[in-house]
Amino acid sequence: MTILIFKIILVLAVFGITMLVAMYSTWAERKVSAVMQDRVGPNRAGPLGLLQPVADGIKMFTKEELIPEGSNRWLFILGPGIAMLTALLTGAVIPWGGDVSIGGEVFALQITDINIGILYLFGVVSVGVYGIMIGGWASNNKYSLLGALRASSQMISYEVAMGLSIISLVMMTGSLSLREIVAQQDSGFANVAYQPIAFLIFLICAFAETNRAPFDLPECETELIGGYHTEYSSMKLGLFLFAEYINMFISSAIMVSLFWGGYNFPFQHELGLSANALASVQTVVFFGKVFFFIFFFMWVRWTLPRFRYDQLMNLGWKVLLPLSLLNIFVTGVVMYLNGSLK
Amino acid sequence: MLTNRSKVMEKKQMTLAERLYLPAIAGGMSITFRHIFKKSATVQYPEQLRPIAPVYRGLHVLKRDEAGAERCTACGLCAVACPAEAITMTAAERKKGEEPLYREEKYAAVYEINMLRCIFCGLCEEACPKEAIFLTDRLILSNYGRQGFIFGKDKLVEPMDNPVDVAKRQTPEVLEFKKDKTHQHNLTINDVVDEG
Repeated sequence: MTILIFKIILVLAVFGITMLVAMYSTWAERKVSAVMQDRVGPNRAGPLGLLQPVADGIKMFTKEELIPEGSNRWLFILGPGIAMLTALLTGAVIPWGGDVSIGGEVFALQITDINIGILYLFGVVSVGVYGIMIGGWASNNKYSLLGALRASSQMISYEVAMGLSIISLVMMTGSLSLREIVAQQDSGFANVAYQPIAFLIFLICAFAETNRAPFDLPECETELIGGYHTEYSSMKLGLFLFAEYINMFISSAIMVSLFWGGYNFPFQHELGLSANALASVQTVVFFGKVFFFIFFFMWVRWTLPRFRYDQLMNLGWKVLLPLSLLNIFVTGVVMYLNGSLK
Repeated sequence: MLTNRSKVMEKKQMTLAERLYLPAIAGGMSITFRHIFKKSATVQYPEQLRPIAPVYRGLHVLKRDEAGAERCTACGLCAVACPAEAITMTAAERKKGEEPLYREEKYAAVYEINMLRCIFCGLCEEACPKEAIFLTDRLILSNYGRQGFIFGKDKLVEPMDNPVDVAKRQTPEVLEFKKDKTHQHNLTINDVVDEG
């Protein structure tokens, strides 16, 4: 019974934190872009513009909602719903911290530790493309359709390389459970030390999967006027944009879990902290790492120009895919040679 | 080739390092990172104003004389001088009893400047023989419609209780010259009263 209550609290907390992080990512994006361009950024709504996301939320909710004539009404509504749903679903398998004990019972700071966590993530993420595709198609708008087409082909292409880059990691760790992978990095080096190429490929694919610059072709403002969300207004547009920021948060969390040791930090067991204190410090460390990657996403966005579409496809199929296959091969050979192949 | 800074580019195959893009990306990202620590160029406008020159040419003012009478006589020289044809006016004759309002027998009943046409060159100010119109360092506020940019006498004439200082627009030489009362137009109303 207590486990049920704990899980419900955890689910609500993860939901709330995800929403909060996504909200303040919009603020951070503006601040990061501003300071990188020698500007100030939002500073009128509240101190340092911290109330800006609230103001934006009120704006989004109170704006007029338009459903274009000739659109498929139900699919039009379904699109942003799917995008948001899949974005939020991925948070379920991420280990947010070590074990905590409440009243003698030990709980894991993870909503569910399914043993195929990585597969689950990939499954949910690939459903995410339907949100964009359905939304873009249902809009009955050429720009939206083009954006949706680009989004689906881009996401499918990069999912291949992303999946293959993870395979070399899975070969090494021997587990698909995120909790298990993070636990293996408890001491010693993080996985990125053994699999730098896999991390690089994963990072690049994460940019493509979240439709972030320099791979933001599905929604390029300059050519497609927003792409798949051209026809969207009000909070339905907000959900699409929000889903992108949630995806960014979750991608950062996945990258941290898989490659950067998750919630672990160096010399954590030498500190002599109690289990609960250690778990809370670990959660803080985890979020610190995640925030760095969110910043990295934004940093890249405000540095690099957008790829051309053929460049995008060339990079995905002709560079990243062979590279990840080579990486799997090299990983296999090394494992065979040092006898860790089971 | 004036500056010797032009660089002749050769079309050649990219090296492996160039084709990897990653060094170039790292270089670009170091540039954006360095910009984080640079001072922002923003001026927080309503609270913070950029310094403007003392001879800044902004919103016009129609001056009054020392006694508070309007100096403009609707001669139309400013409208003739205006290269943008922004000034229109209608003249009227001063009636008995209006002497405290208007300095001379003729005055401008309507005086309008279209601020969308005005190029703020200051030629009206130069053309004016009565020192009635000056450009000031005030700004023209934004408006919702074109009609709102046609400024009439209500906005142009200097308020009685809040005189507009235009001394900054007059060089020391001009101020010195104005003391020379042998020129008729340098006489103020007080001088005229003194002489009878």
